[in-house]
Amino acid sequence: MTTTAHREAPPGARETGPGAPRRRPFRIPDRVRRGGLPYLLLLPAILLELIVHVIPMVLGVAMSFKELTQFFIREWWKAPWTGWDNYRVVVKVNGPIGHALLSSFLVTCAFTVLAVGLSWLLGTAAAILMQDGFRGRGFLRALFLTPYALPLYASVIVWAFMFQHDNGIVNHVLHDQLHLTGKPTFWLLGDNSFYSLVIVSVWRNWPFAFLVVVAGLQNIPRELYEASAIDGAGIWQQIRRITLPSLRPVNQVLVLVLFLWTFNDFSTPYVLFGQAPPAGGDLVSLHIYQSSFITWNFGEGSAMSVLMLLFLGLVTAVYLLVTSRRRGARA
Amino acid sequence: MPDRSPMAPPRSFVWTRRVVLTLLTVFSALPVYVMLSSSLKPLQDVAGTFHWFPERLTLRPYIDMWRTVPLAHYFANSIIVSVGATVCSVVVAIFAAYAVSRYRFKGRRVFTVTVLSTQMFPGILFLLPLFLIYVGVGNATGLALSGSRGGLILTFLTFSLPFSIWMLVGYFDSIPEGLDEAAMVDGCGPLGALFRVVIPASLPGIVAVAIYAFMTAWSEVLFASVMTNDATRTLAVGLRAYATETDVYWNQVMAASLFVSVPVVAGFLLLQRYLVAGLTAGAVK
Repeated sequence: MTTTAHREAPPGARETGPGAPRRRPFRIPDRVRRGGLPYLLLLPAILLELIVHVIPMVLGVAMSFKELTQFFIREWWKAPWTGWDNYRVVVKVNGPIGHALLSSFLVTCAFTVLAVGLSWLLGTAAAILMQDGFRGRGFLRALFLTPYALPLYASVIVWAFMFQHDNGIVNHVLHDQLHLTGKPTFWLLGDNSFYSLVIVSVWRNWPFAFLVVVAGLQNIPRELYEASAIDGAGIWQQIRRITLPSLRPVNQVLVLVLFLWTFNDFSTPYVLFGQAPPAGGDLVSLHIYQSSFITWNFGEGSAMSVLMLLFLGLVTAVYLLVTSRRRGARA
Repeated sequence: MPDRSPMAPPRSFVWTRRVVLTLLTVFSALPVYVMLSSSLKPLQDVAGTFHWFPERLTLRPYIDMWRTVPLAHYFANSIIVSVGATVCSVVVAIFAAYAVSRYRFKGRRVFTVTVLSTQMFPGILFLLPLFLIYVGVGNATGLALSGSRGGLILTFLTFSLPFSIWMLVGYFDSIPEGLDEAAMVDGCGPLGALFRVVIPASLPGIVAVAIYAFMTAWSEVLFASVMTNDATRTLAVGLRAYATETDVYWNQVMAASLFVSVPVVAGFLLLQRYLVAGLTAGAVK
């Protein structure tokens, strides 16, 4: 094919070497094309990332070192620097603020582990069980993806209605119909709110795991299954020996993404519980939002956010290190 | 999807499949059923004990929901913001992904790592600084970013950018470079090759990225609740207005939820095979 013939005339800035200067008078000069064009193409993305992500983050870090209360919010740059004071208050676990943050952090960790684990389990199970064709598979796939496609606030509001004490479906089924509870349960108050939040989060996120695993399954070569079938492997053995190991690289990314989304989740508890979440549903993002916008102490709020970011960065780094090494060892 | 084996699966597998898929079906469908059935009940019926089947059917909630809350207004805001964010995000992501996929330049790795790691940032960390930046820019230049739809578009499009770029890089990588080179030999510049060869060949991936960007913008709650005012409120915040101090109009909430969900869900389900194809070719490889 022509491919090999034109390999020597690369499109532009391949690092393969400058090569002989070519004359293409009717186009952008070679020098610009080679060096500048990629940067030009990236410019909009870089600008947007700078404006919306990077600069605000740097500012947020700066704010965590300021005494930024409502008195300074109009001219925040004039707020006095306080060194590590905000951090000291926030991590002081026997003080009220530090204690509240710690319990919120622990709740978030427990919530994340449960919700990510269940979402991954359900998504993987459904994708593998639906790998072979059967009647109604297309319909089921559409149904399973619906929770993920629904706008978050719409579906979480429906769950809030289902969990209502007096007129919700959950109490109607558990109490009125199955008589499992002595009296109707409060699902959105007290400790039960933790489980309600996990259920809603899993309901929303497992279809994403399902979608990604379905896509991952398509990259497993069919020959692997055929070869193992000739060797006499049953379907369960195929799942254990071929499907699950082949999904490992997909899972590495999937679990990380689910972890970051779930840990950072603000919207689900915010819509489910409203402005004042019970302790069981007080996820870190919502907790920081509360302590910033209710008390108007943005310095402390920023310090909490920075700690949260450091934690997420640390977990991500360790996770990638461990999973990549394991992959390398098995390869 | 390729079948695992030509043989019929054993009974243990068939039964596991039946049980698990049935449970998942109930789990997935229950809230949708509750949303639909409650939206057809009069207010007294949704305020009292739940009933599986509506005793009195009514379409009133679908009429009243427009008056209780300026729903049409919120809906228009959401459409403008989401479509704007989607179009901009897709265009920016295509250019960036083309650069990353086809060129080896200094800072390429720094760029991809930085962009991907922004996914990790807790939104709450840059919410207030970003808000203050928008206000500051507004005061300095008269350009209204805070509280305006433009500001929301700018914010939301950046949220979907990292994932979109990542997915498109994977997709573009799967298109043989020989195709670009052939186009360039035929007299196209690099941009010509992008528009005439790479984009048409990766349409499924681009559609997938567009779906993702639209859903991200349509569903965002945190920034929408801080950066909008009465005139620019989106559905994410507006739907809360059905809960007043004294009453919650549950039937109207359900009707409105259903109404704002139908376009997104329908679009998503129609286009989901592109999302699967896009993920297969790009992200999960």
